[in-house]
Amino acid sequence: MSDTTTRIIEIEVLRYRPEQDAEPVKETFQVPFTNDMSVLQGLQYIKDELDGSLSFRWSCRMAICGSCGMMINGKPKLGCQTFLRDYYPGLVRVEALAHFPIEKDLVVGVEDFVGKLASIKPFIIPKEPRTLEQGEYLQTPAQRDEYEQFSSCINCMLCYAACPQYGLNNEFMGPGVLALLHRYNADSRDGAREERMQIVHQEEGVWSCTAVGYCSEVCPKGVDPANAVNQNKVNSAKDFFLRFVAPKGAGK
Amino acid sequence: MSQVNRSTRRPFMRPMGKWWERDPFFVRYMWREVTAVVVAIYAIVCAVGIVRLSQGEAAWNGFLEALRSPWSILAHMVMLLGMIYHTYSWFEIMPKTMPPMVVDGKRVSATTITTTGLLVAAAAGVLLLLILWGLAP
Repeated sequence: MSDTTTRIIEIEVLRYRPEQDAEPVKETFQVPFTNDMSVLQGLQYIKDELDGSLSFRWSCRMAICGSCGMMINGKPKLGCQTFLRDYYPGLVRVEALAHFPIEKDLVVGVEDFVGKLASIKPFIIPKEPRTLEQGEYLQTPAQRDEYEQFSSCINCMLCYAACPQYGLNNEFMGPGVLALLHRYNADSRDGAREERMQIVHQEEGVWSCTAVGYCSEVCPKGVDPANAVNQNKVNSAKDFFLRFVAPKGAGK
Repeated sequence: MSQVNRSTRRPFMRPMGKWWERDPFFVRYMWREVTAVVVAIYAIVCAVGIVRLSQGEAAWNGFLEALRSPWSILAHMVMLLGMIYHTYSWFEIMPKTMPPMVVDGKRVSATTITTTGLLVAAAAGVLLLLILWGLAP
């Protein structure tokens, strides 16, 4: 049974128009909504009907593109996955993702994240060159389970908005990128672990993490980045101590 | 046409002041960190006890006397509460900090890890109390 009743909800948006605002300002809109409407649809209504200058990113509307991450009542969430009905009759407060620079309204600068993502080489680097004739890589279900969960990351950056350590010092690689780093390092087909571990070992690698754990709570895909980061603290410590007993190359 | 690509970008960074007050999750995290200090303080109290023991009977009795003062008892009550919270929060975060545990081909759930940890901690506490009870004159 679908409820098609239209009600009015208040959406308060933290707006920032660099050409006119010295700092972000709140603006409230009255938005008619039905039970099936997401916060993203509420914002689309504002843009279409009330104020065309409102800026926000979105694409798929089904929690797979990772574009519409925003703070909703103080929590990092995907706008498309959060329903207005859950906040009615209260106010919905929408703000750009925390810990990132606001470019305009709900649009944040992603250069830092994208740069970090590229730096970990998020792709399989084969152990040795292979020819097409050698066929596909074979992997057991157990080998796949090692990394599968971490491969669900959609780069939505909610975990960065949940990480106070990243907010305090954005030199930190952060949860999402480290989870993806682990996704490739844990893949039996990959051969670039040692190269990526150089990033892990740094203070800005896993060692800036203090196990707050909120990143895993807010992840819309169940990736559990905190687990990836903390597993790599163990890996990093192992590498540190093992080099005394097994000098580089000896373990191969 | 001197500045064709002139940018009007003026990214705004929001301040981080009092970030721990923004979410109950952060408040709980800060309590976990603060109660770690309580654990450290109690370790120092125990270490002082060992030093006093090594200094002879009079020094040891003085240490015991100090432990019996009302302020010491109050401090120990507060430390006990801190320890209990720290134990709880430590096992709560534990599943996120360890490599996946696989038993019979199935991954052990976070709840199982946390519950097992808490039960073991409680059992160890009771066992220690029983041993001390047995040793009491």
